[in-house]
Amino acid sequence: MTFLADVATLARKDLRLELRARDTLPAMLLFVVSTLVVFRFALPEGADDVAAQGADDVAAQGLLWVALVFTALLGLARAWAPEREGGALEGLVLAPTDRSAIWLGKSAAVFIFLCALDAVALPAFALFFAPVSLSTVAGVLLANVGICAIGTLLAAMAAASRTRELILPLLFLPLAIPLVVGGVGAGVSAEPARFLAFLGLYDGVFAILCWASFEYVVSE
Amino acid sequence: MSGGEKYLAAAYTVIFVTLLVYVAIIAAKLSRLERETAELAGLAQERRPDRG
Amino acid sequence: MSTSSLNRSGFGSPVPLLAVLASGLVGIALALVFFVAPEDADQGLSQKIFYFHVPIALTAYACFGWGAFKALLLLWRKEERYDLESYVAVHQGTIFGALTLATGSIWAKASWGHWWLWSENQLVLFLVLFLFYSAYFMLRFSIEEGPRRANISAVYALFGIALVPVSFLAIRLAENVIHPTVFTREGPQMTGTMFFTFCVAWVAISALAYALYRLELLGKRLDSNLRELREALSS
Repeated sequence: MTFLADVATLARKDLRLELRARDTLPAMLLFVVSTLVVFRFALPEGADDVAAQGADDVAAQGLLWVALVFTALLGLARAWAPEREGGALEGLVLAPTDRSAIWLGKSAAVFIFLCALDAVALPAFALFFAPVSLSTVAGVLLANVGICAIGTLLAAMAAASRTRELILPLLFLPLAIPLVVGGVGAGVSAEPARFLAFLGLYDGVFAILCWASFEYVVSE
Repeated sequence: MSGGEKYLAAAYTVIFVTLLVYVAIIAAKLSRLERETAELAGLAQERRPDRG
Repeated sequence: MSTSSLNRSGFGSPVPLLAVLASGLVGIALALVFFVAPEDADQGLSQKIFYFHVPIALTAYACFGWGAFKALLLLWRKEERYDLESYVAVHQGTIFGALTLATGSIWAKASWGHWWLWSENQLVLFLVLFLFYSAYFMLRFSIEEGPRRANISAVYALFGIALVPVSFLAIRLAENVIHPTVFTREGPQMTGTMFFTFCVAWVAISALAYALYRLELLGKRLDSNLRELREALSS
């Protein structure tokens, strides 16, 4: 199955590049922790009243997702940077590989970056705000799939645009809204299964769409 | 006019005004197109003055 | 470059006929709304906003769907004209979407006293879609004209139509848990006359949207034909 082999090769390449350069991931980690700290100061001090505490925790869940989404944006802006700087994207597109393999390889690498991000962000969140439930973790993982799938494709679209860094958040945020709903719901609701199932649906629908349409985004 | 009527009027006015703005934009575009065609007709004349 | 909309055999462009038809239908719809349809017992006169608000919303969805359909055709058949048709459809959809938000907001104020209600699923969905399709234009105008731009716009339009059901589901899920509903909306109980008026209004708005769509297409094709002519003459 050369398709999967290509995907693995491409993903490995991205991971190796990042391990060597070490520019994107540390920035993302620092960014998410700084953002959480800013949020702590932005939230009004909860009263000692338990009910208020509860509300704070729910609001804080929302802040977790805001932090995750914007940090992901930061990373996605750099997703295609190695290809752009080296002029390698044209080379990849001309190579006798399925174009979707390029997308899947890059998405896989981004997924790993996001998981590394979560390994820092979730403990930090638990430390600063409230403990993180298992369903939140599941929600985060599922949402990561969606983020890396659409984020990689949208970043490729943005790369073709003049206003590259400006346009990526505009493209990404409306599509990220359902992810935030799913993620926050998974963490907050009494029935997280519905929200997790919804996240799975989102991932399925958009992953298929991205896989099918990526070649049109990068080709003439 | 009671409250309800005012909102009703407001809603239909918004729709109406939007349509009028649309018409105005098209009118502006049409006059620009007219200007351009006249200009192009002039250019065509210059190239073949005998064809009139 | 396709000039099919200009050189159609017979009476030239169908746009004037469409415009007349749309005007007539809208006139009839307005007459029905204000003179024939009974006043709603609960909501009073402001209920009549619905007769245009809902068709405008439905037409916006239809425009986005039409744009996605043309986008699919572009990616599949690779004919240039589909790009323009998809773009104009999305443009129409965005305008009607903005109108949906405006009329919906006025209705919300009239019924509940607030200019915005997060509990109104339709409104929230349109807000998300409006954000999405506004980005469509920013994306399109930041890319050089050409096949790349056409392809990217088409893919984005397809994403939009996938976003509609997904967003709707998300909003439904959110309203019950994240934002417990304070206001519940009961759809107006429609009598036969009301339903008939609604249908007429729907057909009228659809006709209007289609007439505007063909009109805008005509204008844009004229534009590009003139540009080609100019290039040919000045070379």
